[in-house]
Amino acid sequence: MAAVPGTGEAHAPAFVVPHIELHTSRVSKYLDVLFRYSLLICSISILGVMALFFYELTSRSKLSIAKFGFHFFTGSTWDPVSGDFGALPFIYGTLVSSLVALVLAVPLAVGVSVFVTELCPRFLRGIISFTVELLAAIPSVIYGLWGIFVLAPLLRLYVEPVLAKYLGWTGLFTGPEYGIGMLAAGVILAIMIIPIIASITREVLVAVPQSQREAVLALGATRWEMVRMAVLRNARAGIMGGIILGLGRAIGETMAVTMLIGNRPEVAKSLFAPGYTMASVIANEFSEATDDLYLSALVEIGLALLIVTVIVNACARLLVWSITRSNAARNNA
Amino acid sequence: MPSLSRPLSLWRRFSNLAFIGLSAGAAFLVLAPLVAIFGYLVYKGVGSINWAFLTNTPRPVGEPGGGMANAILGSVMILGLGSLIGVPLGIGSGVYMAEFGTGRYTTLVRFTADVLNGVPSIVVGIAAYALVVLPQHHFSALSGGVALGIMMIPTIARTTEEMLLMVPNSIREAALALGIPQWRTTLQVTLRTASKGVITGAMLAFARVAGETAPLLFTAFGNQFWNLNPNQPTAALPIQIFAYAISPFDEWHRQAWAGALILIFLIVVAVSAVRVVTSRGSMANNA
Repeated sequence: MAAVPGTGEAHAPAFVVPHIELHTSRVSKYLDVLFRYSLLICSISILGVMALFFYELTSRSKLSIAKFGFHFFTGSTWDPVSGDFGALPFIYGTLVSSLVALVLAVPLAVGVSVFVTELCPRFLRGIISFTVELLAAIPSVIYGLWGIFVLAPLLRLYVEPVLAKYLGWTGLFTGPEYGIGMLAAGVILAIMIIPIIASITREVLVAVPQSQREAVLALGATRWEMVRMAVLRNARAGIMGGIILGLGRAIGETMAVTMLIGNRPEVAKSLFAPGYTMASVIANEFSEATDDLYLSALVEIGLALLIVTVIVNACARLLVWSITRSNAARNNA
Repeated sequence: MPSLSRPLSLWRRFSNLAFIGLSAGAAFLVLAPLVAIFGYLVYKGVGSINWAFLTNTPRPVGEPGGGMANAILGSVMILGLGSLIGVPLGIGSGVYMAEFGTGRYTTLVRFTADVLNGVPSIVVGIAAYALVVLPQHHFSALSGGVALGIMMIPTIARTTEEMLLMVPNSIREAALALGIPQWRTTLQVTLRTASKGVITGAMLAFARVAGETAPLLFTAFGNQFWNLNPNQPTAALPIQIFAYAISPFDEWHRQAWAGALILIFLIVVAVSAVRVVTSRGSMANNA
């Protein structure tokens, strides 16, 4: 039982009804109102921060928006010296590295969630969940450090030659094998977004009613058929929400990608080639941006990132909310 | 009498086995990087941590005995400033949502907090730069603290709200029935009942921003020397790790690993210290 402090100094026996009025004195009423409004102000700060983001980023990128207009997102020259800015290579790098990350992370995240909720022995369940959660606690810069000194050499020596040999014909795996490049960035992003996708997926898998599983098993289904028909089919919208959430994280991830992608503003088809992302160009060049137009162009990239991640996260949240809510309603009924 | 169970077809048996194998393989593949990262971190870091590393400021390449002491102190200072902003605002909005929150406004705040959680940290850095650095015309620990504080608000608000919603209504009603005013009920009864969860939530937010590098790059900026003035550019552990990791010098790489190990260590120590303190507090309450 939790302690209820303050009861020690409780007021006179409350059996006498008129006494109660004494305690709601004017001062305490005033304090109640004050308390409530100061909390309200705290909660307004959340809306305020969001509004502030949009206001600051829009007003600081006016210069670049006025000068380049929509061409900013289709131009592929990035020349601070002559003041010509186009963000296409960065948008391309962000999209490709995030897609590589999703392709690698989604099957693994869904697989580990299914293993934890449906298959694995009880004693392993907690350990695996905890370990996956631990992956989310590692700072981005440490992923980057590990990526530079462990992952990139590993890719260069063992993975990329194999990919080039067997999948080189696709055109995605050609060119010099540096280790550092889009592929490395995608792999490190995959490791970083697995915990996000896995934790949401696990939540929605657990929310699938047990009766659904039992019904399918009673019809003679194997484990796999049970998971496919009863579990995954019921949970797919929620899994989708988790994937979108992971995508949002991958798009905005900065440090690890900056350290691994090679930072060259080029649009190359091969995943071995170095690239550049929207977040990493800001990280690398923001504090060196000397003139106003340069800074304004970088802020505009930030604004684009903000808008995209807000849309992506809003979609994901709405999806996840609608599911957990309908589940709650079903369980209550 | 016909048997009810037919032997499974080969395909069904095969697909079932393949499924079990693949999901167990996925679990293994997910856990492998974690083990690899921690293992390598300890392996590389432990040998590089020495007294000089913990007490000296960075030295130029070639000069032995440099360390990251100023960065450790700077991180503590920036995180302290961030917590001063993020913890009260976060807990305050969480309490509002849980205790007074009904209707559209609360839904909007809750939704905005969730979306805010997904805004990239580099964007938060730009906002803090525009808000603090530009008017002041110089980088400062304060602007770094503002960036980290802003990042803490939505996380803390949501966990606080969730923890308060788990407190049974009967406890609130009991306090109110005793004639305790609403504000004291909320602070001393409801919030105190949920305090363990609320503090854990705040610590998780703290741990999350403790390793943030991107928003500090152009707010706190980094510094090679000791600095205790929150109005000056300040070194931070993550920035220092980043700068050393991308440098071409072996000695600096070594220090980057040591710094990374210290960073993880500090995060784990901070989180578990608070865990221990709060669990003891609640035990005393229970007794």
